Amino acid sequence: MSNRFKRRDFLKGTVAAGAATAIPLSLVELSWGMGSQPQASDAQDFTFAYISDSHLTQVKGTEFNENFDGGLKRAVTELNFMSPKPDFVVYGGDLSQLGKAEELDHGLEIMSGIRNLDVKWVIGEHDYYLDLGRYWQDNVSDLHYSFDHKGVHFVVLNSILTFDEWTHNRWPSAMERMKQMARLDNPEGSPFMVGETQREWLRKDLANVSRSTPIVVLSHSPLYQVYRPWNFWTEDAKEVQALLQPFDRVNVLHGHVHQIMYNQIGNITFQAMMATAWPWPYPESYAQHDNAIPKTTVFMNRADPHNSRDGTGWGSVDLISGRETIHHTLWRNTNRTIAYDADAGHPVDTKYQDPADRIPPQNHY
Amino acid sequence: MPRPTAWLAGAALLLASAGPAAAAFDPQEPPLGLPPVPVPADNPVTQAKADLGEQLFNDKRFSGDGTIACASCHQPDNAFTDDLPIAKGINDQKGTRHTPTVVNAVYYETQFWDGRRDSLETQALDPLVNPVEHGLESHDAVLEVIRGDDGYTRQFREVFGVAPGDITMDHVTKAIAAFERTQVSGSSPFDRYRYGGEEDAISESAKRGLKIFRNKGRCVDCHTIEQNYATFTDNDFHNLGVGWDRIGDEVFALVDSFRKMKKEGGDADIDTTILTDGKVAELGRFTVSLDPQDVGRFKTPTLRNVAVTAPYMHDGSEQTLMDVVEFYDKGGNANPLLDGGIKELDLTDQEKQDLVAFLKTLTSPRFSDLADNGGK
Repeated sequence: MSNRFKRRDFLKGTVAAGAATAIPLSLVELSWGMGSQPQASDAQDFTFAYISDSHLTQVKGTEFNENFDGGLKRAVTELNFMSPKPDFVVYGGDLSQLGKAEELDHGLEIMSGIRNLDVKWVIGEHDYYLDLGRYWQDNVSDLHYSFDHKGVHFVVLNSILTFDEWTHNRWPSAMERMKQMARLDNPEGSPFMVGETQREWLRKDLANVSRSTPIVVLSHSPLYQVYRPWNFWTEDAKEVQALLQPFDRVNVLHGHVHQIMYNQIGNITFQAMMATAWPWPYPESYAQHDNAIPKTTVFMNRADPHNSRDGTGWGSVDLISGRETIHHTLWRNTNRTIAYDADAGHPVDTKYQDPADRIPPQNHY
Repeated sequence: MPRPTAWLAGAALLLASAGPAAAAFDPQEPPLGLPPVPVPADNPVTQAKADLGEQLFNDKRFSGDGTIACASCHQPDNAFTDDLPIAKGINDQKGTRHTPTVVNAVYYETQFWDGRRDSLETQALDPLVNPVEHGLESHDAVLEVIRGDDGYTRQFREVFGVAPGDITMDHVTKAIAAFERTQVSGSSPFDRYRYGGEEDAISESAKRGLKIFRNKGRCVDCHTIEQNYATFTDNDFHNLGVGWDRIGDEVFALVDSFRKMKKEGGDADIDTTILTDGKVAELGRFTVSLDPQDVGRFKTPTLRNVAVTAPYMHDGSEQTLMDVVEFYDKGGNANPLLDGGIKELDLTDQEKQDLVAFLKTLTSPRFSDLADNGGK
């Protein structure tokens, strides 16, 4: 078996010891204002919805985990109540827990309750690693694609790929591989990446897009590097960002982290969207490792552990002058809005950004 | 320590409680198990005001045909409710909601099952002009009766220092609210057990029931019990799926048309609509907040005196306490907006009986001789 990738040793030792390659400060602190002023574009303003990370889990036969079903059904119902209606809805990935056909079918059935809206699908690792996306491609959507909407260029990436060796040669069965990738904190895990083939596709796709066209990139995992042990991470983040930097306004929307998180790197704004299934703690809670949680992020309000909906939710995105305003619907909690601040040059929470305005539940332990 | 609080709630009615009869209502000295009574600064409670309010509360002239008073549904001798699933007003017309008790209603931050009024004062305005309740054309009729009644004009002058021609609905509702603020009751067997230190105040079965209430039953999440008092309400709104089957998939059309109506008509007819349109009524808190998350949500009621205020839920659809326990045990009524805390409880028969036994200990001495109409 040939190794198509350069052998690197960070799979062995350096992950446990914390990233040996220092994460550039610019990824942690904000960096903005690089490059010249954005030019005017023809893009219109519009709104789309975003539902993600439902992790529908088959218990037995036609019995599925009620809690996770409940989250997705609630999001679909509230989406149907939205007025005015959004232009379309994005599904951010991890529709299923183990990528089983039963789980994906169950998810498609619930999502079919969405009234009169197109769904743009993004695959997550829980959907992918059982059969490497075969059922998804046959029944849900392409793994990566692009489309234009009202003057904005949308790119959907499969950002949860990983090294060939880990994918094809490491595990005795497909389900074993899936279960390994399903773990949050897995020393036997492998980092996500977009990969060279897809980056080349992206380069070609963007070649005909003008610099002033606003771009929205939809991926499951963050296209920057926050915390490697939990795969809040993209291995080739720098290369992907380099392809996006020449454009005036780039917005990356992702799921996977099940928490509110936002960042700005150059012209790229990164926004994490909530899960309908459950919240994750912020990586800083595992104090033994360094992490690169963007300093600008105001943490989501701590959830009431006794309420199965608190800490979950869905959202909608207003594209205004090519920048995103995110409306997080946080069930059983206070909704949050994150908007791009043109003066500051990065996203801010419209209510809680100033430390003086924080509330106690935004301190996490 | 014994709490010798008792006060005159009306002309000759003494609240049964240990200790000598005290003259004045003291909001800072509530009955055992209750927190201080919230009283707004602009409407202090006095005996004279409460008496006036009680008279207004019982006066049938404040209705389209002279037959309906507040007390017609909120019957003082019946724990201030009417034993009906759905209230009936003028000409026997049915509304859409079960009559809530006035007892301890002062502890709610909002009034009505959907919280559409934010005080006892503002709540009192609506039923008077609702076509299926008192059926008056406008509040003017109320003021006409009052101004033409020597007894009332004398009392309004004494209480508010106001001349007959200057009496307004503000005065009227302040008096009614003041009366309602005196209708608090605690000192139930549960209160004596938990806050009074009386180990024998409730049965072993009820003690087990209290434990279930606070643990496996998950009741206390919404029906709160605090360290030094218990109102049994979190003053929040929850979707249990009660009444959802009446709307089902129509919910989207209902939400759309309600939004349209609200935009065009403002608040004008909301009170009437909610009590006449059985389907809109099921939208619950949404009709007030216009937040889709609130569709099908209703206010957590107090459980005090629950054994004598059957039937239960906002539509009176559960007849007995055991019916209620069974309802929760099966995880409420499934619907896409079911509250996150509602799930199957897997209670044993013994646990269900213990829970019911506990709920029966929430009856205050004042109502203990009422038929245990929920106690099956």
